[in-house]
Formats: sequence, structure tokens, C-alpha cells
Amino acid sequence: MHVVIIGAGEVGTSIADSLDGTHDVVVVDVDESRAEELKYDLDVMTLAGDGTSTSVLREADVENAELLIACTDDDRTNLVACGTAKTLADPFTIARTKSVEYLRTWELTETAFGVDFMVCSDLLSAENVVRVVGLPAAVDADPFAGGTVQMVEFEIRGASPIAGQTVAEADRFDSLTFVGLFRDGEIVLPRGDTEIRAGDRAVVIGSPDSVRSFAADLAPEETPGEATEIVIFGGSEIGYHTARLLEDRGLKPRLIEQDHERARELAEELPDTLVMEHDATDTEFLAREHVDEADIVVAALDSDEKNMLVSMLAKRLGTDRVCAIVDNADYVPLFEEIGIDVAINPRQVTAEEITRFTHEGVAENVSVIEGDRAEVVELVLSADSDLVGRSIQDIAADIDADVVIGAVTRGREHITPRGDTVLSADDHIVAFVETAFVDELMAMA
Amino acid sequence: MLELRVDWRASLDLTGRVLTYLVVPLSFPLGVALYYGESVLPFLSAIAVALVVGGAFRQLPGTPGELGPREAFLGVSLIWLLVAAIGAVPFYVAGTGILAHPVDAMFEAMSGLTTTGATVLRDFSAHSRAIMMWRQVLQWLGGLGILVLATAILSELGVGGAQLMETETRTRNVDKLTPRISQTAQLLWGLYGALTVLAAAVFYALHLLGLAPNMTLYNAVAHALTSVSTAGFSPEPESVGAFRPVVQWAVVPFMLVGATNFVLLYVALQGEPRRLLRSDEFHFYLGVVGLGALLVGAGLMADPSIAYGPEATARHAVFNVVSIVTTTGYASADFQLWSPAAKHVLFLCMFVGGMAGSTTCSIKSLRWLVAVKSLRRGLFTSIHPEAIRPVRISGEPVDETTIRDIYGYLLLSVLVFVVFTVFIVVDGARANEAVTEFEALGASASTVLNIGPAFGEAGPYGTYARFPRTTRLAMVVLMWVGRIEFVPVLVLFTRAFWTS
Repeated sequence: MHVVIIGAGEVGTSIADSLDGTHDVVVVDVDESRAEELKYDLDVMTLAGDGTSTSVLREADVENAELLIACTDDDRTNLVACGTAKTLADPFTIARTKSVEYLRTWELTETAFGVDFMVCSDLLSAENVVRVVGLPAAVDADPFAGGTVQMVEFEIRGASPIAGQTVAEADRFDSLTFVGLFRDGEIVLPRGDTEIRAGDRAVVIGSPDSVRSFAADLAPEETPGEATEIVIFGGSEIGYHTARLLEDRGLKPRLIEQDHERARELAEELPDTLVMEHDATDTEFLAREHVDEADIVVAALDSDEKNMLVSMLAKRLGTDRVCAIVDNADYVPLFEEIGIDVAINPRQVTAEEITRFTHEGVAENVSVIEGDRAEVVELVLSADSDLVGRSIQDIAADIDADVVIGAVTRGREHITPRGDTVLSADDHIVAFVETAFVDELMAMA
Repeated sequence: MLELRVDWRASLDLTGRVLTYLVVPLSFPLGVALYYGESVLPFLSAIAVALVVGGAFRQLPGTPGELGPREAFLGVSLIWLLVAAIGAVPFYVAGTGILAHPVDAMFEAMSGLTTTGATVLRDFSAHSRAIMMWRQVLQWLGGLGILVLATAILSELGVGGAQLMETETRTRNVDKLTPRISQTAQLLWGLYGALTVLAAAVFYALHLLGLAPNMTLYNAVAHALTSVSTAGFSPEPESVGAFRPVVQWAVVPFMLVGATNFVLLYVALQGEPRRLLRSDEFHFYLGVVGLGALLVGAGLMADPSIAYGPEATARHAVFNVVSIVTTTGYASADFQLWSPAAKHVLFLCMFVGGMAGSTTCSIKSLRWLVAVKSLRRGLFTSIHPEAIRPVRISGEPVDETTIRDIYGYLLLSVLVFVVFTVFIVVDGARANEAVTEFEALGASASTVLNIGPAFGEAGPYGTYARFPRTTRLAMVVLMWVGRIEFVPVLVLFTRAFWTS
């Protein structure tokens, strides 16, 4: 498939990286040097120029493209690029925006601006924060099969009761499956006798209830179940949407914003959030407002440095968990190293979402874990699929790949996959798979 | 040398138009006079005065400019004052009873137009039916504000219309139902008219069914005109107490509806009742009515000197609380005779008022609600000084300047009320009229807040004629500024208004 990507920033690069092996990719960027650089890093063609101009798009052969992804940092450029592409040909267009307004407009018709699929970075990041908030020790969480299945990545700490247990011992929940372990950057496929060690990251797939119980079991010293005391630092768009989504879940978060006008604006928009106007890096203030008693602190200030500072302050005061928004993807590991529980990079989140969407057709839903080492994919089995009519242990023996089926939903029923589970047509399966084998698995569905 | 910055020519031109249009309402009592074979002279004179004065204002030299806020303030003040003055002409010309004196004629007209409902009449039978009907019509006009009428007719006002409507209702956000303010005004007047017709039909139907022998067509129309407008005049000296209980019950819903925000009412009738039912102000207003009725009812039950029986106790408690909260001023019983507890609850009810954007007067529920919520916020922020908490009404944040305006208005109302109370007592003593403190408090609140009946001799079945004429003249002024909520008149006395 011929794919045109407008914008060679972090998002564009990341998407190009995940597509270049299997597709013909053309990346367009106004910055000539950036475009040039990419040409050597990835197996793609690059073009320097304005992605909204017809001549540049023609040069990128948009007429023969099946997919156009506009993911520059500028909303309007992305929308105009999609609209322009639609006037030249009929590629499937994906636009990245920061403004939720554009997303809402697009949702009204789904043809607005000539965009076929729109991804809103700020909203996605906020959704990620909110998903993680309710699950102690979780570092990543994504819903599958219409929300009936959840994939969650947990961090196993030294104090965790399952540290040192085998997978079979730790697996105490009916509708929950261990699908993957990350140890020192390597993937370990869990078998019954695999030992779970402190410092591992465990990926589990299961029903939301079992995932929640598991999370509570995993970190009993932390508030079990839903976090109720939530403090958000910074009234950025991500901070705002996080508060809004938490309100939708019936929670009453606190939000700290220093700018008077913005604080007032947020207080008007968020009826159930207590907005406070103050400098979030003031330790005395944090102590006075009992931030140490918060179940989770979300750092969503306007700079990575400030987010790092307040995250560390909150940790030092004794907050259970800290989730930080990190604008620069390079800092993500650094944040995690210094003990910040969850670091969310909006560009990474956006790239993941777009990548996930490009698999559409076969896969319903995709989640990219640990950078791009592995993916969790949701597949719907067609009647002529190679997998239909066979048991899971059969399939496992057959495939020369690291694949673990974590959940099967049949109709509305949730089936916990075990070795003897036989798959049938129209089943939704959620599987953990190493990125390199994704296409192979999809070919079988 | 001061340079006038207000385009007085524009204000006078507008006032002139409104005055000439008074011909329409004046022809109604004229018709009544013709029907009953009474003197038509009072109304013909008033029509002549309206046309001459109105015409003269429009013929002044110079061209009227655009209506800005200053012109609107001046226009609003003038219109209410002059319409009342022309409204007084029939009373003065008819010259029967106490109305023969210009101050009293003006008192009655101002009381009518501002929907106060305080009367100086002693002997109701001394006045012709047409004159009594003119009192009712004046109240009906004052109900939604003659200015809304003006804007509806004078569609060419364009932008100035919204300015004018805002000045009159003192609400920052005039809820426009349509893009054109004149259309909105027409819709609201249509609703107002329809409700009035419905009220008349209900009242007269009770008569036709034999349930209300003295609710003749004349009385049905007269009471319809003053119930939806929450005004309170009645051609009967005993007010609604002159009718059977069923009539009294029938009047209650019309008073309640009259004190409901007309925009919300219109939207509700258009099939979207949620906005009304979810309005915080609506809950507050009904809550006050309910609580007041309970307290008064309890006061009546506890009073051994009053033996109404259960139905009558409930009826009198509900009727009189509704009447006072909505600032109608009807009475179903002479509450002057009630226990101090019941009377004082009614006195407190005077300060509440119905919803903003309705025909009601007084402080209005919205202002109290905002004040209460902002005080509660004050308590919260004294614990959390950094908290930013907008005051919300029905979920919508209220502007901080609006809150300040509301505090200013509350302070001003209380100040005017207190100073005027003292004035009534002092002026009474000067004229050797023994006016008690409570009577003075009641009369002051009743006129400043445009309610009507007070306590003592000015009670529901009494008259304001016992106050010295100087006090009554002062009351004319206070009813005037009270109805347009002080600000338009007060700004006229600031230097900034007249200069740049």
C-alpha cells in the first residue's frame, strides 16, 4: 500500500517506522534537513515541501496513495492537507489535531474537512491518564472488545505479593491471563512455571473486574479499587480533559493552575473539580493541601522540567502514585527511572493510535506496548480463518511465533482462553504478539 | 462648560412614541365607560394629553440619534414617570373621592403602573366602573413592562431594543428567543396576553358554573388583568377575599405563573420543560413559597383567636404567602388581624420576590440565590484561599461583576428601605399621625419593593390615605425608582452620566 505521511516530527517518524517494512511510505515535511535525516534512518522516501500544496502532494504521488496521514504539530495544516488530498484523489485520510473542537465537528459528520479518521492527541493522552488512574501499579491500560476486555501493563515492585511467585501461583483470577512479561527490555513469554520477579512488567488481559481485583491484589498497600483523591497539576488541555473525564466517572478531582484567567475558565468548565490558583511547585502549599494523601497525582504542566519537579515533590511528600505528561519522548525512560509511576507522551500516544488504525481491516484494535516491541491486537475471526475450529494449544504448537491469546469473546460472553479452548467464527480474540509477528498472525485471521 | 454627552433628543423621541401609543390602552376603559353610560371625559382628556405631549416630544428640534446605554437609562426613567403621569389624568379629571387631589391621583396611577397595588381609595363605590377598570389596565401594562411593549411595536429600534430591555430588567443576559428583540418581545407579550385571557376565562367560567356568584364578567376581566401581572389591584374593597374559596384557589396558580421567568415559561410551553424544571431559581422561588406557607399555616393554627378550619387555614396561608412572595398584593383575609408570628413571616416574604424576567417586583429570587451561594463560597474559600469557585446558577457560572452588582443592589435596597422607614415615622409624627414602627417598616417595604398591602391601616383591607400627603408623594417617587430598580434613576444624578 502506498502511504503518504505529512510531517516528519516524532509522530510522523514513529508511524513511518512502524509502516516502512510492509508499505511504500512517502514522508513530506517543510523542514528539508529533517526530511533528509529521515531518509537515512528509515526505508522511506522523503520530500521537502508544504503538505497542503497540490504540487507537493502530486509529487508524493497522492493520486495512487491509499492512505494519507497528516500529523504535523499544526492542526490546520493537517486538516487542509487532508482536504487537499481529497480534492486530488481519494485516499483514506487520517488527521492529527490538538483541538477537541475540530474533533467534535468531525464527529458530527465524519466527512468534515475531508478527514476520514481524526486523532486528538490531548484527548487521547487524557484518556490514557484516566484509564491508568483507577488501577494501582498500572503503567498502561487499553480497552478491547468494546470495553469488555482490558489489557493492562503492571509494574511489579519488590513489595508486591506476587514478586517471586510463578505465573501459575499468581494467576488467581478466573477471567485473567498473563500474556507477557518484560524483563530488562526482553520479552519473556509466561508459562506456568515462569517466575515473576520484582522489576518485571507484566501484561495481563482480562475482564475489567478481574483486572481491577488483580490490581488491588498486586499493590495492597495502595488504595484498592478506584482512586478517589486525585490531584492534577496544571490546567493544560490534557489537564483539563483529564479532570473532565474523571468528572464523567463521578470523581471530584482537584486541579492546580497558576494563571488566574485560565483557572477561572477551568473552574467554570468543570463543575465538580476544585480548581485552585497557585504555583504547583510551592511545597508549603502542597503540604497544606495534603497532596501527600492523594491517591494519585497527575503532572500536566506546560514543561517537562516542571512536571518532573512537581512529580518528585509529590513523591517526596508521600503521594502513592504519580503520573506525568512528558512532551519529549526521549525523557520518558528518564521519568520512569527516577520513580515516576506512569509517563505519558502525547506524541507516542498519537502515533500508537494512528498505527493501531492502520491495521484496521483485519485487526479491530491494536495496542503498542513498551515502545514497539510487542502489540496487543484484537482480531475478529472470519469463517474461513485458519484459526477457526482449532484449540489454542494446537494453534500455539503450529505457529512459529510468540503469540499468547489473552481473551476470547463470543457474542457478549467472555471466555477465558485455556489450552483446550476451541475457536469459532466471529470470535473476537485479544492476543499479545511480538511486533515482528503481527502481520503473520493477521494473515491467519 | 459641560458638554452634554447624552443624546436627550433620542430619549425624548422614544418617550414621545410610547406616550402616543397610550391611546390604545386608554380606549379600553373608554369602551367600558360607553358601555355602562359613564363619563368618557376622563379618558378623552388623557388621550388628548398623551397625543399632545407625545407629539411635542417627537417634534422637538434636532434629529434623534442612536439609543446608547445613557439614552436608554434616561428614556426608561422618563417613560415610567410620564406614563404614570398621563395615567393619573383620568383619575384627576374624574375627580371623585380622594383622587381629586393630584398627588393622590398620581399615587394611584404610579402604584398601578409599577404593579405595586397600594391604594389610597377609601370608598370603592365612589368611583365609576370605567375608572376602576383603568386601574386594572394600568397594572396589566406595568406587568411585563411597557417598555417591552414599546420595543415590540417599535421594531425599528433595532439594536437599541436589547439595550432598553436590559436596562429595564437589569439582567445582564437578556434571553433572546429570536434573533430580533422585537420578535422576542412580541412572543412574550403574546404569552402574557394568552395567560390573561385564560385567567379571565377560568374566573368567568366559575361564575357561569354558579360557583362564584359575584365573579361577573367585569370582575373576571379586572382580576385577570391584575393576577397574571402580579399587580394586586381589585375593584373589590375586600380584594379576592370578597369571593368564594374556589376563586381564591383559582387565582393562586396565575400569580405563581406570573412570577415565573417568562422566557423559561415560553420554552417550557414549546415542549422543553426541562430548562424550567431544572432552574435553580425556580426551585428556590417555589421553596420559599412552600416554606412561607408552612410557617404561616403553623402560625395560624397556633393562634387561638383565629379559627379558620383546616381548608381555610391552608387556603389563607398559601394564598397570602403566594400573593406577597410574587408581590401581587391580593389578600384573601385581613392578615392585619393575624398573630405577630404569621404577620412577620409575611413581612419577610416581602423581600423575596419571584423569578427574574417575570412580572414580579421586589429583590427577586435570583439575587438572593446568587448572594446565598456566593456567601457559601466565601466560607469555603476562607478555608481554601487558593480555590477558584465560580458561583453557579442552574449549572451556569455567574460573572463576578454580576455578583458585585447584586451585592450593590441588595445594599442599596436595604439602605433605601431603612431610610424611608425612618422618613415615614418622622413624617407621621410631624403630621400628628401615630405611625408605629412596624407599620412604617411594612409600608416602606411595600412601596419600595412594589408589593402593595402593608400592615396597620395600610393593611390588606385598608388604605394608604392615612399617611400624610408628603409621605405619599415620597412613595410615588420610591415606587417609580423601585420598579425600575434604582439604577436608571440614580445614574441620572451622577456627573459621569451627563458628561464624557
